[in-house]
Amino acid sequence: MSRIKEAFAHGKAFIPFITCGDPDLETTAACVRECVKNGASLIELGIPFSDPTAEGPVIQGANLRALLGGVTTDQVFDLVRDLRRDVTVPMVFMTYANVVFSYGMDRFLSRAAEAGMNGLILPDVPFEEKEEFAPACRKYGLELVSLIAPTSEGRISEIARAAEGFVYCVSSLGVTGVRSEITTDIGAMVALVRQANPGIPCAVGFGISTPEQARKMASLSDGAIVGSAIIKILAQYGKDAPEHVGAYVKSMTDALKEC
Amino acid sequence: MSNGRFGIHGGQYIPETLMNAVLELEAAYNRFKDDPDFNRELTYLLNEYAGRPSRLYYAEKMTRDLGGAKIYLKREDLNHTGAHKINNVLGQALLAKKMGKTRLIAETGAGQHGVATATAAALMGMECVVFMGEEDTKRQALNVYRMRLLGAEVVPVTTGTATLKDAVSQAFREWTSRIDDTHYCLGSVMGPHPFPTIVRDFQAVISRETRQQMLEKEGRLPDVVMACVGGGSNAIGSFYHFIPGKSVRLIGCEAAGRGVDTFETAATIATGKLGIFHGMKSYFCQDQYGQIAPVYSISAGLDYPGIGPEHAWLHDTGRAEYVAITDEEAVEAFEYLARTEGIIPAIESAHAVAYARKLAPTMGKDRIIAVTISGRGDKDCAAIARYRGEDISE
Repeated sequence: MSRIKEAFAHGKAFIPFITCGDPDLETTAACVRECVKNGASLIELGIPFSDPTAEGPVIQGANLRALLGGVTTDQVFDLVRDLRRDVTVPMVFMTYANVVFSYGMDRFLSRAAEAGMNGLILPDVPFEEKEEFAPACRKYGLELVSLIAPTSEGRISEIARAAEGFVYCVSSLGVTGVRSEITTDIGAMVALVRQANPGIPCAVGFGISTPEQARKMASLSDGAIVGSAIIKILAQYGKDAPEHVGAYVKSMTDALKEC
Repeated sequence: MSNGRFGIHGGQYIPETLMNAVLELEAAYNRFKDDPDFNRELTYLLNEYAGRPSRLYYAEKMTRDLGGAKIYLKREDLNHTGAHKINNVLGQALLAKKMGKTRLIAETGAGQHGVATATAAALMGMECVVFMGEEDTKRQALNVYRMRLLGAEVVPVTTGTATLKDAVSQAFREWTSRIDDTHYCLGSVMGPHPFPTIVRDFQAVISRETRQQMLEKEGRLPDVVMACVGGGSNAIGSFYHFIPGKSVRLIGCEAAGRGVDTFETAATIATGKLGIFHGMKSYFCQDQYGQIAPVYSISAGLDYPGIGPEHAWLHDTGRAEYVAITDEEAVEAFEYLARTEGIIPAIESAHAVAYARKLAPTMGKDRIIAVTISGRGDKDCAAIARYRGEDISE
């Protein structure tokens, strides 16, 4: 079984997202360890990008703070190596195509794999452009995660059939960010994925912030992804954020145990 | 690899949420682009509303003053709304209407594309929202007022460098959140396929006319065609019908800002490298980690860190040349054309005029240069006055 799929093997998965270097890499490392300690199944690490076009204001802010702090892709690889001394849950990068492409695709992926990453999410690489990245990912043993959106409709089956790791189910139209309500028929999207590829886990992200929302989304799928709500805690507490992030993650993982 | 490639450039690097929207746009465009009724309607609007064909004017005084090649000016500044942007916008708005869309969103740098989109929306009874970098709303306050006057909502974008690239990012974000009734009327030959092709086709009217007008006036094609390049829509429109023959030199004039050896530049071909951004693979100004550079030019319309994928390909193949023009050279050309020909060009277009001033004297009197004046310069007068140390109120 792939390392990423293992994250879904013990009940519903809780997947926190953290932008590396917001406000600094030491805080990122401490937050990741808090997430793991409090039951996170898989960690999504964001490599900051200057112009994150799929993000709402909260994660845009995290990218900006990290870059102003001088964080580079090489430092993020160092962070991963450090985390891998004790963190065993699967970890995936979430970043933009240009961060990977400009570093040199082979160079980026070989270093990511060597540091201990298990996969990659590129929100600006749809199914049509996947083949530019997928072969190199396979070569280094990283799984390239596919996204589906409320607008995907007829595309879901072909995307799911070719999917690796897990399918990232985008819950709503628009960019990342906290939403009071998610109105998309997530159950129908997940059913289409399972029909096309029964073995692929499906996690829901975009707009989830409360334990109640996480429980609802995870009950319709295999897990819940939370980014902006965690970044808000980081924005509020800065270097003191890790313990608050830990408490928040515990409230979310506790909620998922109920479904 | 997806469709919409120019060599290795182009493609569709966008969130999954937008994929069906661009596929739907491509299908609609393929259905209407050769449709006689659609083209009749568009031609009517271009001619009767926008004032086409635009003039190809022999700049006799400038020619005499420079003492070399004969200079013609393709007067896109005489179009309704004062720039070439209207050519593309009328095409896209008409297409959007056929697709059943009722709302247009757009990005704008100098404000010309925003004004053109607001104009088309008013004409066709559509809702309009324009995203504009906050920095640009200050540089181009008059155009902000024009857009509002035309019934559009102008949203100042405060993220990043608060200029054109951030306005594009924000327009994409807005489109992701509202697709059903909304068409993103992209203003340049950039973004994901099919935008670079659609915008080029709608701007190709420039070179179609220049070619015909030049044959009528001179009985032959020009030796050189030049135009300014930000994303590159007026340049690709000016080049397009001259590309196949290979006899005409094509020159794109980028904004060097304070110089290509400084960080305050927007000259993508001179200083950028291959990357993936805003839906396309092309050349971008960026650092070693792929972070998009905060570019600079006195011209809000050229202040963009990338270049359209077809230009990247014309550069790769050597079919077109790209030169960099500094703020100072552009401002001098702005003043020069005003004094010499009584024509105040947009500061963007002044970049092309500046290179014509360099090139014409090196060419024989039997040679011909066609320079596209992509827009009029009224919008720039206050900023240029400030550049010269004179504070005027608009």
